[in-house]
Amino acid sequence: MSPARRDFDVAVIGGGLMGSAIAWGLANAGQRVAVLDEGDVAYRASRGNFALIWVHSKGLGMPRYSAWTMRSANAWATFADMLRQQTGIDVCFQRPGGFNLALTQREWEAREILLQRIQSQPGMQRFDFEMPDRGRVKQAIPQIGPEVVGASYSRYDGHCNSLKLLRALHAGMQQLGAMYLSEHRVNRIEYAAREFRLMTAQDEVRAARIVLAAGIDCARLGPMVGLVMPVRPQRGQLIVTERTAPFLHHPVQCVRQTDEGSVMIGDSQEEAGADPAVTSPVISVMADRAVRMFPQLGTLNVVRTWAALRVMTQDGFPIYDESETCPGAFSAACHSGVTLAAAHALILAPHIAAGCLPAEEFQAFSIKRFDVPALAA
Amino acid sequence: MFQRLPLEPSGSTVGISIDGRRVEARAGDTVAAAMLAAGVVRCRTTPVSGAPRAPYCMMGVCFDCLVTIDGVGSRQGCLVRVREGMRIEMQQGARELGK
Repeated sequence: MSPARRDFDVAVIGGGLMGSAIAWGLANAGQRVAVLDEGDVAYRASRGNFALIWVHSKGLGMPRYSAWTMRSANAWATFADMLRQQTGIDVCFQRPGGFNLALTQREWEAREILLQRIQSQPGMQRFDFEMPDRGRVKQAIPQIGPEVVGASYSRYDGHCNSLKLLRALHAGMQQLGAMYLSEHRVNRIEYAAREFRLMTAQDEVRAARIVLAAGIDCARLGPMVGLVMPVRPQRGQLIVTERTAPFLHHPVQCVRQTDEGSVMIGDSQEEAGADPAVTSPVISVMADRAVRMFPQLGTLNVVRTWAALRVMTQDGFPIYDESETCPGAFSAACHSGVTLAAAHALILAPHIAAGCLPAEEFQAFSIKRFDVPALAA
Repeated sequence: MFQRLPLEPSGSTVGISIDGRRVEARAGDTVAAAMLAAGVVRCRTTPVSGAPRAPYCMMGVCFDCLVTIDGVGSRQGCLVRVREGMRIEMQQGARELGK
């Protein structure tokens, strides 16, 4: 191994949307940052996602997550403007309000119950949502099919072009002086005298602080610095059609039209281990539901199908924490790297730059919530 | 730009229309070949940048020859044979939903 070649304030492990957003925020705060990215053998959730900035159905079981999501969604316009001004890249953020379409009366009723349960939790920062009937949905989206009975709608939902977002973050963080190191899988982390040494096949990177933002690989890396991170892959399959003249001006939870006209159809939730395979039964169901929602989609040509692996924590909520045994080692993991990108860049990263996560904001997201005594054993 | 090889005496012709213009194609031509023979040098524009496109690979790979055939958008002209009375239309930008 060649000698340690670089010393940084912070080394971020992971160059996806989570790592890049944090690295961009750290560089913005004047930190000397390195980003260690594994390479194209990694699972690359950030290249396969659905690109919603979604608020209205999140947070059942953790009101703090709902509030955090809303905070990020509210910061998104500023975030997108900052990226455009800095890099010239328009990440096509729009917040026209999002629909979730119901194809049966029962689905529609279950949806309303879910949203009411979210809003009625103790400690919830409540926000408005609507349950428009078929007639009102048709006013907003004339192309809905005859099976659509109603929808839930929230004016707080939006979407973006997440590939352009990743590109803007990479361009932006490097403009701000961050060093992006590709093909740098971290094999081992050592901690001594308040310094972290990250061992890769190429070389050794040293930093005063580190951020684990390596997606599902956090399960391997975390224990090296005293952070047990219960994360697993959860598969989502997607379909994308040819580009089509604009017709759908709102994101719908599993159908959205991109800024360049493609229609994306998503996104399954499957416990399939680390297998990013596309399966025809799942794709068939997704296509069938999408065509029932928008019958004219049936005439479009499908260009690609693919699968990506969500970074799913044990309870589905994000993890943000700092190691007790190796202070200065932070962890961040979630499945909503697009929605939460603004919060990661503009709120989380400045705290890491300052050296600690304030308990009042981040305690709820600590890995300590998984340390439940084995009561029933 | 393109010229036909000498037509065999028995070669029959097929009447099609390209953007409303009546054109004689050869039986067995693909739509893309018939367009090129008829002097069409752009058959569509791209959805994002609006750049012009014309038939290129002639074997179903490049998707540059997408046209609207008998009302159905985004058909690959090089993979469809002409038929009597076929209506071919240039495709401007993205295909419209339902067309």
